[in-house]
Amino acid sequence: MGFLDIDNVTKSYGAVEVLHKVDIAVQEGEFLVLVGPSGCGKSTLLNMIAGLEGISSGEIRIKDRVMNGVHPSRRNIAMVFQSYALYPNMTVGKNITFGLEMHGTPKDERERAMKQVAQLLQIEHLLDRKPGQLSGGQRQRVAMGRALVRNPDVFLFDEPLSNLDAKLRVDMRIEIKKLHQRLGTTIVYVTHDQIEAMTLSTRIAVMFDGYVQQLGTPKEIYDSPANLFVATFMGSPAMNVLPTRLIECDGALHALITAADAQEHALRIENPPPAYAAYKDAQVLLGIRPEAITDPEGADRNARNIQPLTNRVTVTEPAGADTFVTMTMSGKDCIARMRADADVQPGRNFDFAINMDKAVLFDPKTEQRIA
Amino acid sequence: MAASTDTGVDLRTRLQTWLPKLVLAPSLAIMLVFVYGFIAFTIYLSFTDSRMLPSFGWVGWDNYDRLFRIREWNTAISNLAVFATLYIGISTLIGLSLAILLDQKIRGEGVLRPIFLYPMALSFIVTGTAWKWFLDPAIGLENTMHLWGWESFTFNWIKDREMAIYTVVIAAVWQSSGFVMAMFLAGLRGIDNEILKAAQIDGASNWNLYRRIILPQLRPAFLSAFVILSHLAIKSYDLVIALTGGGPGNATALPATFMYSYTFTRNQMGIGAASAVIMLMTIAAIMVPYLYAELKEKK
Amino acid sequence: MAVASADTAIRTSRITRAFIYLFLLLFALFYLLPFGIMLVNSLKPLSEITGGNMIALPQEWTIAPWLSAWSTAQIGVEPTGLRPYFINSLVMAVPAVVLSTVVGALNGYVLTKWQFRGSTIIFGLLLFSCFIPFQIVLIPMARILGLLDIAGTTPGLILVHFVYGIGFTTLYFRNYYAAFPTELVRAAQIDGAGFFQIFWRIMLPSSGPIIAVSFIWQFTNIWNDFLFGASFASGGSAPMTVALNNLVNSSTGVREYNVHFAGAIMAAAPTLLVYIVAGRYFVRGLMAGSVKG
Repeated sequence: MGFLDIDNVTKSYGAVEVLHKVDIAVQEGEFLVLVGPSGCGKSTLLNMIAGLEGISSGEIRIKDRVMNGVHPSRRNIAMVFQSYALYPNMTVGKNITFGLEMHGTPKDERERAMKQVAQLLQIEHLLDRKPGQLSGGQRQRVAMGRALVRNPDVFLFDEPLSNLDAKLRVDMRIEIKKLHQRLGTTIVYVTHDQIEAMTLSTRIAVMFDGYVQQLGTPKEIYDSPANLFVATFMGSPAMNVLPTRLIECDGALHALITAADAQEHALRIENPPPAYAAYKDAQVLLGIRPEAITDPEGADRNARNIQPLTNRVTVTEPAGADTFVTMTMSGKDCIARMRADADVQPGRNFDFAINMDKAVLFDPKTEQRIA
Repeated sequence: MAASTDTGVDLRTRLQTWLPKLVLAPSLAIMLVFVYGFIAFTIYLSFTDSRMLPSFGWVGWDNYDRLFRIREWNTAISNLAVFATLYIGISTLIGLSLAILLDQKIRGEGVLRPIFLYPMALSFIVTGTAWKWFLDPAIGLENTMHLWGWESFTFNWIKDREMAIYTVVIAAVWQSSGFVMAMFLAGLRGIDNEILKAAQIDGASNWNLYRRIILPQLRPAFLSAFVILSHLAIKSYDLVIALTGGGPGNATALPATFMYSYTFTRNQMGIGAASAVIMLMTIAAIMVPYLYAELKEKK
Repeated sequence: MAVASADTAIRTSRITRAFIYLFLLLFALFYLLPFGIMLVNSLKPLSEITGGNMIALPQEWTIAPWLSAWSTAQIGVEPTGLRPYFINSLVMAVPAVVLSTVVGALNGYVLTKWQFRGSTIIFGLLLFSCFIPFQIVLIPMARILGLLDIAGTTPGLILVHFVYGIGFTTLYFRNYYAAFPTELVRAAQIDGAGFFQIFWRIMLPSSGPIIAVSFIWQFTNIWNDFLFGASFASGGSAPMTVALNNLVNSSTGVREYNVHFAGAIMAAAPTLLVYIVAGRYFVRGLMAGSVKG
């Protein structure tokens, strides 16, 4: 039993089921991020936790109390919206205390709570202003203040940073993380941005098409994606997925790939999971992240199995800290991440180092990771 | 599994699902009685032998049969055809022209626009009073021209059985064309300027710019103008009463005046109801597809 | 001056512009003339109108026609002037405007923020009522007013205008609230505000403009109505438009044109005043009735 239990929850509109048997137990103090492309059902799920949408079947419990059919205001939750949803006709102070007022908290207590939250978020000087007079970042803070003041069991965030510009988004991300560390509250956070998901969460639920594709820590999600969708959705640039064939050679499994010059190369796989054996001589998909393909000097020192590969470079993209290099492998574009000062020229051959420790294999039919 | 939504739903949530319906219910009831019930009642009456008071002797299509044999009704129908065509056509033409010209960065637009539009705030009775006199040959425009020395000037349409309906058109256009202008102006202002700049860079002349780029984008405004004006035309009653009283004779009778006089003055309620039904059907034929399309788009 | 301003892409030559101004001014004259002449002639003695030039300014300025129209002119059989009818119209319009606006605001709130299965159909039913020819309801309405014993009275007219105003006011508020962020309503729900608290504390304080539109549109329509007034109000309870028509089209006695004009301007004054003071909202009301956005 968790602190917030989402127990076999489905959501249907008429005959159409948009969420299928979602099952997540969130522990107290956890920061769960629901991430996925738009239309994956993540916001619907959040709204169901909030009580803004009905539950078609299954149960949602907070602190072991069943929440189905309980009015949003009686769930002891607070929510930060994408548009911040600040009441335009009320001052910042009123915005923050409105919920307390609706719950019948006496005025002096409201004032005290408001002061405290304002201080925490450093918005004391804004209390008498109207939301229309605030900048995006300030509105964001007020929206968080409105959530914090209620001292809820669970905080719900619905894409709270997507209306901010890039720099402010990074600042607020850190701010939210600090707040979580300091207050230790339980948070469910919806975003379509996989970087937000990775950086903020203690656990991630990757959603697609109404299903939770994978639930795990950021590291699990990143290193051991459950399927092709998770592998390509999480991480930027996306994981390279190359059609390959598994062969056995010198008693070890190798992944056979084709370089740009049509030359076949066998990349040795060390300590393969037992499941790989069944795929011997079969077509599989090799997943390898851009940072696992580097120039030899930039390769991970702790890696035990680095395979060399010479291939022609198609495009280079210097990005300051790194240089991204595109090449063709097994007929697909494949991106490698070099150190910024690596000497790579488009059109020339280059000796890449591939960290096969980080490679994963997918079944081409089921798209599940082979493990 | 649907049970899980119902069982254990707290009072507040349940109230929340009922209150909106409760709030909307009176309006729905009012509509069902005063609009749809009344329509049904009038349709029913149109099949009865009602005269001064509603009566419930069923006469089938008799009233409709007789209606279309009454000369005044046929006059009203052909008047409506003439009136609606000219009213819609001229109002649209004037409204569109004024809107396009006003959109040329005109100095004093803020003064001109309200002048073009103010007649829309007036009652048709006031409009009728003003024009009735302005068009009266004895004291109005014709008389003034004579006093100014243009002795041969004649403008006595309002007294002429053949021409009187056109005076109704003039007054109606005067009242509504500013409104059409406002609609087109809003449409013009809504067009993305970058598209116009792109077209100019492509070498389009002003004429082509309007014909090929701007007017096609005003399609929704044309449609709205047509729908609103045709609906106003079919309903037209006050203006005719104030301007010509339906005369000379019944030369400017419209279905609306016909309905009123047959129902309330001549005690032919069955026939009056039948004429009202015809009016409703005509408007419905225009409005229902329009409203349906508008609501559909929203979804 | 070849206008090549930054924000319009259309360029026109100097001669074209002269023609444009000429055309626009001619039309301004067209719109102003009938009403303007009426105003001028309402300040002349009758003899100057029947024997003189309508465009000429009065040789002898007089407000006698105005006084007569207001308090002594023969309306129907009584020499009461238009004053009692002006008051009738006010007493009729104000409650009908307020009632239909309140109901329209609540309807619009429900239809946008609390949609339920079938609410779109209900809106369709309401919307269609804006566009029916009222001739179709005249006969049964006369019966109902008779049954309720308010036939020929101002309360009867208030009821009629309230009922047939709901469609329009609902349309206004629905379109306005459709653009109102639903997240605000959800935030307020989580904050614990109920159905009416959200309406009162969150929606209404932001509804100023649309309330103005609804008031103005309803007032203009109800004030200017003739058909219902002529059908359902008799004698002393008639509204201004009906009284004006009686004054102008009475067949007995000498036609006192100047009094007619003064009366017409009085009938036009309230709506014209509203138009001058709040034209912006008036135009918005017109638009909302046509472009459902």
